[in-house]
Amino acid sequence: MAAPPPPRRSQIRSRDLERYAGLFAKRTRVMRSSAMRDMMAITARPEVISLAGGLPDTSTFPPEAFAAEMDRITKTAVAEVLQYGPTEGIDLVREQIAGVMAAEGMRVDANDVTVTTGGQQAIDLITKVLIDPGDILICDAPTYPGAIPTFCSYEADVIQIECDENGMRIDLLEQTLADLAARGRRPKFIYSVPTFQNPGGVTLSLERRRRLVEIARENEILVVEDNPYGLLRYEGETLPTLYSLDGGSYVVYLGTFSKILSAGLRIGWVVAPTPIREKVVLGKQAADLCTSTLTQNFAGEYFRKGRWQEYVDDLIGIYRSRRDAMVGAMAEYFPHGATWTRPEGGLFVWATMPEVINTEDLLAKALTKSVAFVPGTAAYVDGRGVNSMRLNFSGVTEDRIIEGIRRIGEAASEQMFLYETMTSELLLPRIDDRDEPDGDRS
Amino acid sequence: MKVALLQGGRSLERSVSLRSGGRVAEALLELEHEVEAMDLGPDLVSRLGSFAPDVAFIALHGIEGEDGTVQALLELLDIPHTGPGVAACQRCMDKSLAKYVFREQGIPTPAWVTYSEASIRDFGAASTFSRAVGAVGLPLVAKPASGGSSLGIKVVTSEDAIPAALMTALSYDDRALLESWVSGRELAVSVLGDEVLPIVEAIPTGSNAYDFAARYEIGGAEFVCPADLPEETGAEVEQIALRAHEALGCSGFSRVDLILGEQGPQVLEVNAIPGLTETSLLPQAAEAAGVGFNELIEKILGLTC
Repeated sequence: MAAPPPPRRSQIRSRDLERYAGLFAKRTRVMRSSAMRDMMAITARPEVISLAGGLPDTSTFPPEAFAAEMDRITKTAVAEVLQYGPTEGIDLVREQIAGVMAAEGMRVDANDVTVTTGGQQAIDLITKVLIDPGDILICDAPTYPGAIPTFCSYEADVIQIECDENGMRIDLLEQTLADLAARGRRPKFIYSVPTFQNPGGVTLSLERRRRLVEIARENEILVVEDNPYGLLRYEGETLPTLYSLDGGSYVVYLGTFSKILSAGLRIGWVVAPTPIREKVVLGKQAADLCTSTLTQNFAGEYFRKGRWQEYVDDLIGIYRSRRDAMVGAMAEYFPHGATWTRPEGGLFVWATMPEVINTEDLLAKALTKSVAFVPGTAAYVDGRGVNSMRLNFSGVTEDRIIEGIRRIGEAASEQMFLYETMTSELLLPRIDDRDEPDGDRS
Repeated sequence: MKVALLQGGRSLERSVSLRSGGRVAEALLELEHEVEAMDLGPDLVSRLGSFAPDVAFIALHGIEGEDGTVQALLELLDIPHTGPGVAACQRCMDKSLAKYVFREQGIPTPAWVTYSEASIRDFGAASTFSRAVGAVGLPLVAKPASGGSSLGIKVVTSEDAIPAALMTALSYDDRALLESWVSGRELAVSVLGDEVLPIVEAIPTGSNAYDFAARYEIGGAEFVCPADLPEETGAEVEQIALRAHEALGCSGFSRVDLILGEQGPQVLEVNAIPGLTETSLLPQAAEAAGVGFNELIEKILGLTC
């Protein structure tokens, strides 16, 4: 029997490209691929220790619990989960989301929750309904790398406010707002991940949280609080969310099940003041009508059973050990002059190398040693972050984390040694003090 | 024919290779060949053994795929393959070696010096940077000896910027070139068999002439094929490109990158296995010569070594 014709993509010829080039919307100009992004393709190979992702560890989710849930759906809800659902999300999930938020100290009515297809869609929708091209948007510096393409695709004018170990510098925020006001301008909203920030790993202090909410009220500016990691606290005291401090007047809250259950289910949410919520729902309707009813049904039942906190506790135990392994390995292997955050929760450590190191170059060298991370420039719109990097510890086992950090440290030390030789600047403590793990230097 | 399609690999150009491979696979299937796509990995030799291909189509770019590593293995296994043989691959992959060959054979190429990480680290080569600037002039381009994209390339306008630029270049390879910056028109000449295809000109769209990264991005440069050149100049460019292709021992196909400055055409490098996506320069040039993509792939398949 003749084989079926091979599947094929449409063929593009060079002259077609020119024709298409004239068709693209202006906003696609900022949507560019880059050599650096292409380079990350190697991280898909199994031998590469990738500290570049933001992946939760889904390997410990009990398969029998998954099977039981799917079995229940098969027996009781096939017609329902194969059907469209309401744009706002199914009631069961919205109730459970209110319950999860209550566990973080927030009082929310399930009717105020809009379910989104992952937290990423929540960011997209909020930006879509609030930002006109050229509008000002303020965010952390560094900020969540995945938010930047969203902000850029709506042609926002992004201003990033420096963070320190206590999160966004509110004094700098106030100064920026004053400078903007002097020019007759104001931001549409302030986007922040205040708790276990991605990528910084830092947490906004209570004092700054209070002040940020006050600023929002005084200036009538929206704050978009993105909180994917709040429940993943490994130590220290839980701080109130901006949403709970504000009560939901000026704070729009974005949540997700990606880090406490599954990123594959694609369930996130928005809680916003009613007029904004209504626009978000209209925006979502235009985007995808509704989030998958199958995964909503799965997640709704899973949370209704009430044992989700046990699973989160398991994750906390696993991630805490991995964080400890990472920061411990950094202390041992990273070169003199490197600094890094020690997050009390979340998934990321942010490390800053001595100034002479460019982490994009370091990544190229690290990839030859089969280890990857995200270069710091990915977290800025303005080219900052050249000597910084984001490292993920949640998706990799401890022995691989330690080995990965060792190799990055080795690559960085080799670069610094070379630079020192060329410039005779003393970047390393003393050559005699160095152990010689890499034979090629002896 | 049974064709083993080698794609992916471990180089920094993995993603381009996967795109080349995907496009080549479609063409091979349409041409009714039996195709098995293989990534480089521990099972490569055993997969080649059990598939027993008539020919290996190499759609790999960068280290290991374009530097002779895979070619040597295929030659040992008696599997004919597309693209040049081991020695030509090594000469193309190593921009410094290629330039030494050009110089020997009187093929014009910009002035350069080569530094190895070892000579800087262990033999005090950093004290020779002013000599290098004297030989090459400013501005100059620091680039890794291997590598096919903009990665690791920096333009240097003053001597004290050399250490940082070399540290960048040496992150991508253990040897780097400091090459004279020649301003001029950027041309790519593809060779297929013993035929020169129409010349492609890359015209950067950005304002910053030194911004290499931008021009390698989609939309960073505009490509014109055939390039608008006076007949005599075009002929000279083609002749020099063909000489460069032959000097390095290339066979089957290659892409010669040149710069056309005040001093006439100068060869920058030769790509042993140029990109094979629809938008790559070799397929564009072939199309301008009336050779469609499938026909191009069939021709390459007939030019194995």
